[in-house]
Amino acid sequence: MNLTLKIWRQKNKQDKGRMETYPVSNISGDMSFLEMLDVLNEQLINDGKEPVAFDHDCREGICGMCSLFINGEAHGPGREITTCQLHMRSFKDGDTIHIEPWRAAAFPVVKDLVTDRSALDRIMNAGGFVSVNTSGNTIDANTIPVPKADADKAFDAATCIGCGACVATCKNASAMLFTSAKVSQLALLPQGKVEAHDRVLNMVHQMDLEGFGNCTNTGACEVECPKGISLENIARMNREYLSASVTGE
Amino acid sequence: MSLDAKIPAGPIDKKWTNHKNNIKLVNPANKRSIDIIVVGTGLAGGSAAASLAEMGYNVKAFCFQDSPRRAHSIAAQGGINAAKNYQNDGDSTYRLFYDTVKGGDYRSREANVYRLAEVSASIIDQCVAQGVPFAREYGGMLDNRSFGGVQVSRTFYAKGQTGQQLLLGAYSAMSRQIGKGKITMYNRHEMMDLVKVDGKARGIIARNLITGEIERHSAHAVVIASGGYGNVFFLSTNAMGSNTSAAWKVHKKGAYFANPCYTQIHPTCIPVSGDHQSKLTLMSESLRNDGRIWVPKKKEDAEAIRAGKLKPTQLAEEDRDYYLERRYPAFGNLVPRDVASRAAKERCDAGFGVNATGEAVYLDFASAIQRYGKEQALVHGHDSNDKALVTKLGKEVIKSKYGNLFQMYEKIVDQNPYETPMMIYPAVHYTMGGIWVDYNLMTTIPGCYAAGEANFSDHGANRLGASALMQGLADGYFVLPYTIGDYLADDIRTGEISTDLPEFEAAEKEVKDRLAFFINNKGTKSVDYFHKRLGKVMWNKVGMARNAKGLSEAIVEIREIRDEFWKDVRVPGELNEFNQELEKASRLADFLELGELFAMDALQRNESCGGHFREESVETSGEQEGEAKRDDANFAFVAAWEYTGNIAESKMHKEELKFENIELKQRSYK
Ligand SMILES: Cc1cc2nc3c(=O)[nH]c(=O)nc-3n(C[C@H](O)[C@H](O)[C@H](O)COP(=O)(O)OP(=O)(O)OC[C@H]3O[C@@H](n4cnc5c(N)ncnc54)[C@H](O)[C@@H]3O)c2cc1C
Ligand code: SF4
Ligand code: FES
Repeated sequence: MNLTLKIWRQKNKQDKGRMETYPVSNISGDMSFLEMLDVLNEQLINDGKEPVAFDHDCREGICGMCSLFINGEAHGPGREITTCQLHMRSFKDGDTIHIEPWRAAAFPVVKDLVTDRSALDRIMNAGGFVSVNTSGNTIDANTIPVPKADADKAFDAATCIGCGACVATCKNASAMLFTSAKVSQLALLPQGKVEAHDRVLNMVHQMDLEGFGNCTNTGACEVECPKGISLENIARMNREYLSASVTGE
Repeated sequence: MSLDAKIPAGPIDKKWTNHKNNIKLVNPANKRSIDIIVVGTGLAGGSAAASLAEMGYNVKAFCFQDSPRRAHSIAAQGGINAAKNYQNDGDSTYRLFYDTVKGGDYRSREANVYRLAEVSASIIDQCVAQGVPFAREYGGMLDNRSFGGVQVSRTFYAKGQTGQQLLLGAYSAMSRQIGKGKITMYNRHEMMDLVKVDGKARGIIARNLITGEIERHSAHAVVIASGGYGNVFFLSTNAMGSNTSAAWKVHKKGAYFANPCYTQIHPTCIPVSGDHQSKLTLMSESLRNDGRIWVPKKKEDAEAIRAGKLKPTQLAEEDRDYYLERRYPAFGNLVPRDVASRAAKERCDAGFGVNATGEAVYLDFASAIQRYGKEQALVHGHDSNDKALVTKLGKEVIKSKYGNLFQMYEKIVDQNPYETPMMIYPAVHYTMGGIWVDYNLMTTIPGCYAAGEANFSDHGANRLGASALMQGLADGYFVLPYTIGDYLADDIRTGEISTDLPEFEAAEKEVKDRLAFFINNKGTKSVDYFHKRLGKVMWNKVGMARNAKGLSEAIVEIREIRDEFWKDVRVPGELNEFNQELEKASRLADFLELGELFAMDALQRNESCGGHFREESVETSGEQEGEAKRDDANFAFVAAWEYTGNIAESKMHKEELKFENIELKQRSYK
């Protein structure tokens, strides 16, 4: 198929950036979206032009690196998939496709479609862990049975890939879904309960410092999240936060 | 230099404990004045960085992704082994040790493998303490599954996302130390070279991938945990950015490179669909627990299927060749990876392949669906003869076990694997070879260590499933934190290493010149053009089946591609900016050198062992006819290559492998 691509080009953080138009031809439905961009880039290089910068690594939906806003949707059409799992068979001949980077104050553009998401790491550094040192002498793993239902819920929350689609989708650019996924995972497990209060207070505090917006419960994040992280996690985090604030620090 | 593996004396099960007791320690106050650089934040680097920082060292960690959490380890699917014997099926440290040595086709170092098995149980304890959500049974206890090449269930897993959950555990431990300022994290930084001062590793030159700035970083020791080099084949299951550069740079500075030709070709990957293909996707080995592998018995049927005239589901049971069950009745579909891959290639080469390119076999879940469905029907008191119901229940069980893999398959291939068998074909997956290290994980450069897939240490010529994650975490959590102290104990008075030393200046200049060369070259072909060509030569002549003629040709062809690359590569953009083509060019330059050594090593090793299959070395008679033939008399050694300034003249050193606890046997899975 032949397509018209409208792509955000921005040389660096300082540059203002603009949309540019590129035609691509002979795209097969079996190609992934990123392979289609590979074709474009190969063409640009051969024409002596600068290829389009975009983030990607695993190309199988798990590293969270890819991050494109395609036709107004984070990770494009299709539910519970990342950009790299999107295949061209979702488009048809003659389509025009708009491709933009994640847009959020906390995610400045590095170049073209690449943004800086290190704010998410800093939220994690503030409390997204269990304070246990490495030692060969932690208790045997089976000494702490975890009810399967809790283990499964914790697992579901833990599958967040830290892509930031939730932030990019939210009209307030809130990072609540991301933060609540980690808070929930650890709050649901006995190992994480000990520090649950400090964790939620510190992570939420850092989230605010980074300039992410407030959550107004529109639920858009859940719809676009490639891993189906549920809004229940936000509710759980709010409960945790409330109880931590009430008990004091 | 003679190779000393520094294997501690004493009986195998006491070596590690004795060694730990005799090792030099660094006291807490002194640790604060010692810096360690860790290149890589995968399971090996992440766990090492976190543990070393917890102990009090100042750690500087580097990764090229935008966050340490995105290292390629994140993609591991199936699971991690540990000799916990929770299933009470006869597992033990010794059995895990034995299986790993046997699985590696007797080409690994006994003492290292034993230690790996010994610390494996602590890994699970550590991860659970961190909050890693492993799969559990209804009673709340940890669940296990079994993996290829073994007869016990010792694999711990978190659905099909085990690597992700383990890495997030290590990342969270790192995050805690980053928050405390004990780890300085350098995201989007690529190590460009190692800096040696007075023969010791004292730092690295790194490129800030956002600004293009070239930076000097010093330390008292450098740990390379940069992963494997499977992308030398262009197409592999590795992430797009996985590269050999850090390891290769260290090699060129004096670290020996061991067994470069030992590559694992994984039997269950989604077949190549066309020229646009940028990477291959693994379908976890755990699928072989329930999937049966087959091709049509008759060539006409295979041809009809390829032409789209016949559907696999239309083929009667007696017209199918379950070739693994036929050839290896004892292990069936669960033979080790190398054996399964070669068997698939053999059938496809013989004309029985089932997709348009003729390079695919079936992985079929129909019988598992029926088996589970019947069981569920009985358990819930339904009619187990109700075919529709049984099928429905069976599919639900399969979905709960492999749902995400089935979904991934359907997304890529656009076929529903619940209704029609999956198509799979072998693909490059893992590299057992890597930087040579001694028992302490130190390379031949003092103060330079290698961990995880980047080293060669534990898997011999073939790695068993679910053992890479185990090794990465063992190295980082439980081995390096001890052994590195032994070396650093002599550095407590050294003080900070200055980056103004001439050695830093020289290394920096070399890096800058090389990068400038790429930008100024203004050739006519893209980096990928050369990478794809290299990949084709590697796959066709240095891939699943190798012979002297092909290997000799490959060596020449790789050199030609390399020469052309340097003459004609086009790298757009500028030095001092975010420039992904420049990153790729720099990595490919190293792959083009490694490729040659890889082929040389394969040529030198005129035996078949593990993933390395030489067509000249097969059993010609008896029960094992046609199977790979190892040559212990001549090749029971590690080939450790020394760089001498020219790849073609690399010098091979041998580390003889002694087997004192396990008897060398032909690996039989019949
Ligand atoms: C699809 C897939 C599935 C797998 N499934 C399993 C499984 O189920 N069980 C199992 O045991 N094993 C599995 N493996 C193998 C296993 O995942 C890897 O061997 C292991 O994760 C490697 O870990 P590592 O820490 O050594 O390196 P990696 O995780 O590859 O990390 C490398 C790190 O080094 C950094 N780096 C690399 N080069 C540079 C440089 N020049 N400068 C700076 N940083 C650099 C990267 O940024 C990254 O942080 C699988 C592999 C694949 C491909
Ligand atoms: S919650 Fe979902 S959308 Fe947000 S970072 Fe995690 S995986 Fe991405
Ligand atoms: S590239 Fe890893 S999730 Fe898309």
